[in-house]
Parts: sequence; structure tokens; C-alpha cells
Amino acid sequence: MKKIFIKEEYCIACRLCEIYCQVEHSKSKKILKAFKNEKDILSRVLVEEVGYNSFAIQCRHCEDAPCVEACISGAMQKNKNTGIVTCDENKCVGCWMCIMACPYGVVKRDLSEKKIASKCDLCSDEEYPVCVRNCPNEALQFKDI
Amino acid sequence: MTLKLNQSEFEIIRDKEKCISCQVCVRQCSNDVHEYDETEGVILSDSSKCVGCHRCETLCPTGSIKIKKRESEFKSNANWTPEHLKNIYKQAETGGVILTGMGCDKPYPVYWDHILFNASQVTNPSIDPLREPMEIKTFIGRKPDILEIKPVKEAGSDIIKYKNNLEPQLEINIPVLFSAMSYGSISLNAVKSLARAASEFGTFYNTGEGGLHKDLMIYADNTIVQVASGRFGVDKNYLNNGAAVEIKIGQGAKPGIGGHLPGEKVNYDVSTTRMIPEGSDAISPAPHHDIYSIEDLSQLIYALKEATEYKKPVGVKVSAVHNIAPIASGIVRAGADFISIDGFRGGTGAAPQVIRDNVGIPIELALSSVDLRLREEGIRHKVSLIVAGSIRSSSDVIKAIALGADAVYIGTAALVALGCHLCQKCYTGKCNWGIATQDPYLTKRLNPEIGTRRLLNLLNAWSHEIKEMLGGAGINAIESLRGNREHLRGVGLNERELSILGIKHAGEAW
Repeated sequence: MKKIFIKEEYCIACRLCEIYCQVEHSKSKKILKAFKNEKDILSRVLVEEVGYNSFAIQCRHCEDAPCVEACISGAMQKNKNTGIVTCDENKCVGCWMCIMACPYGVVKRDLSEKKIASKCDLCSDEEYPVCVRNCPNEALQFKDI
Repeated sequence: MTLKLNQSEFEIIRDKEKCISCQVCVRQCSNDVHEYDETEGVILSDSSKCVGCHRCETLCPTGSIKIKKRESEFKSNANWTPEHLKNIYKQAETGGVILTGMGCDKPYPVYWDHILFNASQVTNPSIDPLREPMEIKTFIGRKPDILEIKPVKEAGSDIIKYKNNLEPQLEINIPVLFSAMSYGSISLNAVKSLARAASEFGTFYNTGEGGLHKDLMIYADNTIVQVASGRFGVDKNYLNNGAAVEIKIGQGAKPGIGGHLPGEKVNYDVSTTRMIPEGSDAISPAPHHDIYSIEDLSQLIYALKEATEYKKPVGVKVSAVHNIAPIASGIVRAGADFISIDGFRGGTGAAPQVIRDNVGIPIELALSSVDLRLREEGIRHKVSLIVAGSIRSSSDVIKAIALGADAVYIGTAALVALGCHLCQKCYTGKCNWGIATQDPYLTKRLNPEIGTRRLLNLLNAWSHEIKEMLGGAGINAIESLRGNREHLRGVGLNERELSILGIKHAGEAW
């Protein structure tokens, strides 16, 4: 499967990945509408920064995903064909076990409506995840393992 | 005096309808222009600090920022221009020399823009470069006085070989090389981009006076190593890790002036590459203290040839100054294999503004006078001419070659391809594009993979354009164009200018 690779030496901490992720996961999918009218859209990618070192991290879609193992409602599933780990928002009960289990800290609490776990879905509708497509310095790459 | 004339050069126009307060501009500006006000949830911008590099404008995801020239005008005065006034205010305040970066931006005539190239019509056929072979490869180095050939049998078939030994040559796939920009003045990522692009395309980059970083040794076959007045990083290993050696006497932006890399930029890597203590100022003296004559220059040329066992061409780089033609003649006679001439519009990382804007001559005139002088003296073949100093497009390249150059150096054009927006603040070390800086926050912004790709694209684009122009003129090899002034005509030039350029005015035929 294709995964997102991080080249931390070229991450410039502009956080455009976060911004475009928010837009992609907004209702309108339009940057101005999303930021002006919609409240608290969560970014599923997170830029970590210490000094001049920074990198953008999102769900690694682990081979043996601990979040899937930990999920009590069966909401968190790994698609056998695509390898993508997704959270079915209708099934999610907001118990946060996935957050406890995730070794990368990339599952977040989405409290905007019903309590659900929010995580990277690799923008499966798109050819490339938006964070990768919009990184101005190619610090994120989407390629086969 | 506390009075401070804080008139900003630019004005930041932020469209509030479009700004989403995402703070990309805040995070990207190294001059601290933008600031996020948490209580109001808005971004405030201090235009007085803006240098006009357009980083924020380029990265803003909603296009809400526009950098405009500030329109506040002084009382109109053709003599006392705002620039003179601002410089005096600045100097009255600081008492210092005004520094600047990049090349001269004053409206001196640009001769390239007054020269037109020829094309074939009826009496000779033009060539379509997409269908017929077109050679833009050339060689830099000393050519023999007489070319004697002999047939020899090799592996059963007859082939032709040179009788005399050829001097070492640099083979370039396009008559464009990347000019000397040192690691120190520009970031390692910028040098890596240049080196990789040069090696992938089959041309050369130049180390400038910065020594050779260990990561760049793999590009030795495409490196011209420079020996300048500070002799930073020069040893036998350095010389032999390049394909050619260039002695730098002068630089177009600051003829007669040395260099000064401030200690703040001399980090561990720069210090080991330059072989100087960390944090110490790297000062290149104005002259080479062992060169006071052509004879002295000859000694250095031959010392370098000895050190490289006569296997590499040794060239000399000089600024275009008033007596450039006899100087070039002397350099050829001193034994140089190529001469790089840098015109007064050439770029720099830092130069006193007064020097940059008032010293030297245009490269077009310098090139023409050197080429004509060397031809008159019958020594043109002994040397290759590489010209620099604001080659902005493939048409400048073509015109330079028709005026007598073997190849051109591009510096500013290459940096623009890497993202430079010519804000002329290289000397501050705060380059927002990750080019003229050593700050690890900023150097990351130039990904050498992207840089290499962009430079290769530029070289590819220019080579297509050069081929198109050559084909249009019915020429199928760049070497057939060299010094072929019949293909050039001047427009709007006076008799004197035309005679120095050695070209006819537009409308004049055979």
C-alpha cells in the first residue's frame, strides 16, 4: 500500500498541511467557508516542533494497528484491501481506547458534535492526501512501501 | 537624536475578507513582520520591517496578502531622488557604509535589450531543431595553434586522431555554467542543488571562495574550484577534487573590493569547509597579496597547474573594468586556459552599495572589446571566454555567444530558479527562501531535490530556446555562432556603441 513518508529535514513548520487537512475534512471543502463559517475543524495531521526541528505526523496505518485491537465498538477498522485504518463515525462511542493505544498520538478527540475519534483517512477519495499535495517543500511524500 | 525616519519601502495589504488567521505568514517571516494577536484573533503586520521578499505572499493559502511599493512620495526632485535622501538619512544615523546584495539595479543601459538576433529567409534555409540534429555542446579550455590530424588503425578500422596533445578541456552540454557562489554566502542546500543539477545536465558549478564541503566531493567531475584572495579551504585535495581551477581576481558587483563573511555565519560546517576557526570573520583581502603583476599571476597559474599535474584547465576570473581588453590579453599570455569576465551587473551576497552601483562596465561592451582585442592579437583560440553579470534569459546567452563568448555563467538566474525574489537583503543572513542564510530554521526551506529539479528545468528550457533560435538562423552548432557578429544588429545605439560592440545597426545589410 501507499503510505505517507516524512522527510523531517525539509519540514519548514508552515503548517499548511494542517490547514489543508482541516479544509478537506470540513463540510464545505472550501478554505474560506471552512475557516470563516465552520467551527473547530480538527486537523488529522499534526506538526511537532522542537527548536528548528519539525515534522508533520499523521496516522501511520500500522500493519498491526493497536487502535483496531483496542476498539470496543468495532468502529476502528483496517481495510484488508487498501490497508487504510478508518474510524466509522456512526459506530464510534468516544471511549478513547484508541487514543490510549496509539503509539504515535495521532488519534484525536473530536468533540464538535457527537464524541468521536478523529484520525487520518489518507484522503482516500483523492489521488494524493491533501497534506502531501500541499506541502510546499515536499517534506511529505506519498509512495509505496 | 531620537528622531528616526522609519519610512518603509513596502506596504502589506491584507484582505481581511480572505485572511483566515492561519498564521503561515507569521511562521514564515524571518523579519518578524507578522504577529498574531490572540485577544483579537487577527494578524497584525508591521510594514516597516518588510524587505519585499514575497515569502508570505507566496505561501498564503488564501491569497490574502499583497506586498505593494509604499506610495508615500517625497517632494518630486529629479536631482535629489528618494534614494539619495534615504541613504543620507541612514548614514547620518549610523555613520556606516551602506551594504546591499545582488547586482546593480540602476537604470544603466542594458545592451542585450538593444541587440537583435537574425533569422534565415529565402536565401538560406532555417533548421527545425526537433527534426534535425542541433549541437549546443561546447568545450572550455585552450585550443591548439594548429590542428594536425593523422589517420590511425584502431580495432581494424581507420579513425582520425590528433597529432598534438590537446590541452585539458571542460565539456559542457549547454554553454551555461553556474557561477561562483560560495558555501557560506549561500546555504549548503543551495550549493547541493547547483552541484546536482550541473552533474545531471553535464555542466559545471563553482565553489566560489567557500572551500569544498565533504558532501559535495561526489560532484568533483562537475566542480570548478575557486582560488581567491583569502585562499579559504585551498589545499591539494581541494584542487584535485574539481574539474577545473579558477583564480578569482575580482567580482563584477564589487571590483577591487574583498569579501567579508561575518563570524555569525561561520558555523561548524562552514568553518571546517573553509578551514578557519568557528565564529571567526572570513576576510578575503582586496588583492591577492602575491599578485601584483601579470608575471605574478602567471606564477600562480603555473603553481596550480603543477599541483593538478596539468590535467585541469586553470582560468582567471576578473571584473569587467575600463581596461579589460589589455588585462585579458595579459591573462592569456600568463597562461590561463579560460577567462571569466564578470560585468558590473553581476550579483553578490554583500557589497557596499556605492561600489556595486558605480564601479565597472557593462559585460556586453567588455566581452566585445576583449573578443576583438584577442582576435587582433591572434590569441583568441588560446583561451575560452566565459561571461557573467546578469544573463537573464536564453536570448542573452545567444547574444553573448554571437558577441564572442564561449559560454556564460549564471548566478542570479540560478538563484531566482531556486526561489530568490531579489529583495537584495542577502547580507542580513535572514533569507526567507533558505538561499543566502546559514540559519537552520531557514536553510531547511530549500529542499535540494526541488532545487535540482527546478534548475534542470531551467537548463532544459533554455537549451530548447537556444536550439530554436540557432535553427531559425540556419545554424546547427553553437560553435558556429561564436563571435559571428553578422547575426546581430543594434537598435537605438550610437556609432560609438556599435563600433565597440562590432555590430551593424538594424537596417544595415551587407
